[in-house]
Amino acid sequence: MINLDAHAPSGPLAEKWNRHRNEMKLVNPSNKRKFKILVVGTGLAGGSAAATLAELGYNVEAFCYQDSPRRAHSIAAQGGINAAKNYQNDGDSVYRLFYDTIKGGDFRARESNVYRLAQVSNAIIDHCAAQGVPFAREYGGLLDNRSFGGAQVSRTFYARGQTGQQLLLGAYASLIRQIGRGAVKMHSRSEMQELVLVDGVARGIVTRDLVTGKIESHVGDAVVLATGGYGNLYFLSTMAAGCNVTAAYRAYKKGAAFANPCYVQIHPTCIPITGDHQSKLTLMSESLRNDGRIWVPKKVGDKRAPNDIPEDERDYYLERKYPSYGNLAPRDISSRSAKEVCDEGRGVGEAGRGVYLDFADSIKRLGVETIKERYGNLFDMYFKITAEDGYKIPMRIYPATHYTMGGLWVDYNLMSNVPGLHVIGEANFSDHGANRLGASALMQGLADGYFILPYTMGHWLATAKLPKVSTDRPEFKQAEAEVDGKVKKLLSLKGKRTVKSFHRDLGKIMWEYCGMGRNDAGLKKALELIPPLREEFWKNITVPGAGEDLNTELERAGRVADYFEFAELLVYDALERKESCGSHFREESQTSEGEAKRDDENYCHVSAWEFTGVGQRPNLHKEPLAFETVQLGQRSYK
Amino acid sequence: MGGFFQFAKSSIGSKVLMALSGAVLLLWITGHMLGNLQIYAGQDALNSYAEKLRSVAVFLYVVRVVMLVIVLTHIVTSVMLWVENRRARSSRYAYNNTVQATVGSRTMIWSGLLVFVFVIYHLAHLTWGQIHPEFAHLVQKLPGGGERPDVYSMVVLGYQNGLISGSYIIAMLCLWFHLSHGFSSLFQTLGLTSVKYRPLIERAGPVFATIVVAANISIPLTVLLGLVKPAVGGLP
Amino acid sequence: MNLTLHVWRQKNPQAKGQMVTYPAREISPNMSFLEMLDIVNEELVLKGEEPIAFDHDCREGICGMCSLVINGIAHGHERGTTVCQLHMRHFKDGQEITIEPWRAKPFPVLRDLIVDRSALDRIMMAGGFISVNAGGAPDANALPVPKEHAELAMDAAACIGCGACVASCKNASAMLFMSAKICQFAHLPQGQPERMDRVRKMVAAMDAEGFGNCTNQYECEAVCPKEISVRFIAEMNRDYWRAWL
Repeated sequence: MINLDAHAPSGPLAEKWNRHRNEMKLVNPSNKRKFKILVVGTGLAGGSAAATLAELGYNVEAFCYQDSPRRAHSIAAQGGINAAKNYQNDGDSVYRLFYDTIKGGDFRARESNVYRLAQVSNAIIDHCAAQGVPFAREYGGLLDNRSFGGAQVSRTFYARGQTGQQLLLGAYASLIRQIGRGAVKMHSRSEMQELVLVDGVARGIVTRDLVTGKIESHVGDAVVLATGGYGNLYFLSTMAAGCNVTAAYRAYKKGAAFANPCYVQIHPTCIPITGDHQSKLTLMSESLRNDGRIWVPKKVGDKRAPNDIPEDERDYYLERKYPSYGNLAPRDISSRSAKEVCDEGRGVGEAGRGVYLDFADSIKRLGVETIKERYGNLFDMYFKITAEDGYKIPMRIYPATHYTMGGLWVDYNLMSNVPGLHVIGEANFSDHGANRLGASALMQGLADGYFILPYTMGHWLATAKLPKVSTDRPEFKQAEAEVDGKVKKLLSLKGKRTVKSFHRDLGKIMWEYCGMGRNDAGLKKALELIPPLREEFWKNITVPGAGEDLNTELERAGRVADYFEFAELLVYDALERKESCGSHFREESQTSEGEAKRDDENYCHVSAWEFTGVGQRPNLHKEPLAFETVQLGQRSYK
Repeated sequence: MGGFFQFAKSSIGSKVLMALSGAVLLLWITGHMLGNLQIYAGQDALNSYAEKLRSVAVFLYVVRVVMLVIVLTHIVTSVMLWVENRRARSSRYAYNNTVQATVGSRTMIWSGLLVFVFVIYHLAHLTWGQIHPEFAHLVQKLPGGGERPDVYSMVVLGYQNGLISGSYIIAMLCLWFHLSHGFSSLFQTLGLTSVKYRPLIERAGPVFATIVVAANISIPLTVLLGLVKPAVGGLP
Repeated sequence: MNLTLHVWRQKNPQAKGQMVTYPAREISPNMSFLEMLDIVNEELVLKGEEPIAFDHDCREGICGMCSLVINGIAHGHERGTTVCQLHMRHFKDGQEITIEPWRAKPFPVLRDLIVDRSALDRIMMAGGFISVNAGGAPDANALPVPKEHAELAMDAAACIGCGACVASCKNASAMLFMSAKICQFAHLPQGQPERMDRVRKMVAAMDAEGFGNCTNQYECEAVCPKEISVRFIAEMNRDYWRAWL
């Protein structure tokens, strides 16, 4: 039986975190080094957590599949990081950031978690500035802000178009300093394959060394998963090629509840697909929507060049439908609107799957230099990929899978229902509800890693009373044997198709039936299509090479194998949630104007799924969402 | 002192020493060139200049010792760095290519060593008088009685020999490559450059090298062409 | 378009590698260089051969994983571009392309085109950070930073740590990589307390790893996908000798 007690502290919303901090048990400084914490993933969340836990004196081991802890995909976040500093004097506050975030998530997140996120947001900016992150500045030397989708205040801090990179390098710098001190042992090119439970408590992991193929066990007093999202399930996404669900999915198979997997954010400003060869989609920061205007021709099938279409034959559909937010409407709304106009046959570009993002007006108003200063790198990137000059002709954009709000279920302490297993960053489900606002992912990752987990971890270690455990235990031996078995199986199949071709097919099913718009029939269809494809995968793939080598094809096969099981879980969740909310748009549940319609009566809960077996329907558990402070309103950006 | 050796052993430290010694050599080369040019003012002018230089023996020996130290520093650091650099790139690319590295910058060690070999020869020729004894120890008789070394004739008679002039000219071409990179490079290594001045400094190297080398080469050329003639009276 | 690839294949760090020739058929000019390699690899896998191993991850030019020397130039001939952002439209039909791994003694080849760049992490470990622990920082606006200093710091901080500078340097020097981090902090007030100590420690670490020295040829700047300027090497040099005075 799964226990979904959120352990949210009592008391008024604004005091919960302080009260909780005062009540949590502490670990004596001299005892801290006796505890070992395993941190899997070194993105913003994992990197900052590993560094901070080591600063506190814990013994940390960190793992990443990349060659260095500086490379995780947090690095690709362009736009910025939110904080409730109110430096712009425009009326921002912790409450407003909290409210915008919970409203942006369509009231499907836990109030207490989101409020805490807004509360610690300011400390993140302070810490990162102290680390030497070169945030953009005003001429007076103070920090600059930009505005971002889903907010009416300017609260986004940025470092050109490379905010994610700079924040990650800040976390990396802190981490590498601790590695140098010997406080963190780093295992790069190392992938987690199994979670190991001893007496129901997460006590270790099994990894595969990606260079030597060695399967190794690691034991600790707590396991932290900071392994990111599962967007690559869709094959084409804006995620890095290596991003995978394996660690989180393995934890799920060991009993951790997986929450809201169907909340998948489709980002509105990506570069459209050019052909079947495409390996990934490239996102351009949504900050572009600050100065770019989105439009399509009014006429269906208008094939004229964009600059030849006169003003009165253009449909600035976001400005038309959402006058107060206009081009800054939240991501899910922007994405769905783009799909709608393309479905109507008004899409642009060769395949008709694209809309224009036009800077002509802004260039006229601000001059090309200002636009260059703000977005120069994005225009360059667009040019590199499409060979088109965005300053002269409008860019073409189309939505792409981008971020996954769903993840392993965690309580207020960021611990899953498996004791000792902590989950942070994108890998957990906690703060973004059904939709994430721009510039909030960096905020959440760093909040978890720098300022939340380091506190709650102490409480876990101080209260858990864990016995000494070694990797000689049968639990570890069995997990190692399972991993070894899976590797051998994948290598032995010698079928006729590549892993990638299966991944592509799986992605197509998911995009078609469980993408931006979902309906009962389509989701059921997906549930029919996935199992046979999975069976074929396990019969017909071919993976050359050996398990004892650096074998990139084997790595891919292991990840895709888990996606094949996970895909069903996601579809079950989408099928079960018959309301529309945030990124999850059920076509059966919309207003007369075609807007998403929530059903608070029946679906104001977190869906947490319990594994029951491969190919079997998982068990649904519900954590009701109680809103003590905010009023649930129908989200309106008109 | 230990600190200095640590500095000198480090990659940037030895580069700094190489650059500083290079800077002194640049000054010396400039001075040497200016001195050489007095040949165009005639036998008296050059010989009295040479005599003045030699008149303060202490000064002369101090300069010689200092220059020896400078040259050794320059050579030792550059060879050390070169060996380290070779080691750092022990495996080579199958397809060799460069984007913006100049020929001069890629051949510093070789142009430098060739110039060094020439300098030894040049000293042996004109200062020690061992290689071409027939031109050495010439003296100019002064009208008021007495005599002084006749540098003018040593140079002119020497360079009338095509082989000697040829080796001089080849060495000067090596020097051109060496200076054209070395001059600009020295500012980069010492950190005495900025975004604003970088284009200027990078152009200044080849310009400086061209001036020095052209001025120096002009001497054997004019001798060969008969524009600069032996002093009246010829060999005594 | 159709191409002929000459690719470095090496089974493991101990093995002796060699160049192997593969055809790349029906390549679209809209593909990235890595997508072209994906196609070649798919064919190899279907033939039961081991695919060409190469490092890659984000495929949008920011993670710094991808690391190929194409026709002798790190990240290929397009300026300011990583391999993953290099598109095939910049190549000609029928062209022969030589693909090699980063070559430098501190970067041993792990397999084919994948090298071990942990030496760069160890340089960072020596001082590529500002020693602050989470929690103690003053308000971010308590320390104003002139805009131009922040911009300069950002110019330097743009480094993605790919190691192309090392690969392109005939001396396998890591000076551009190292100077980018040193100068990012040198231009910010937050970096001042450890400034001199940092440059000494990082240079010592670089030397210990066996990287070469800078001979001011500026190939690193020419191949740097983030076009980081060698001005930072000059600034680092200046800080270094000042640190010893």
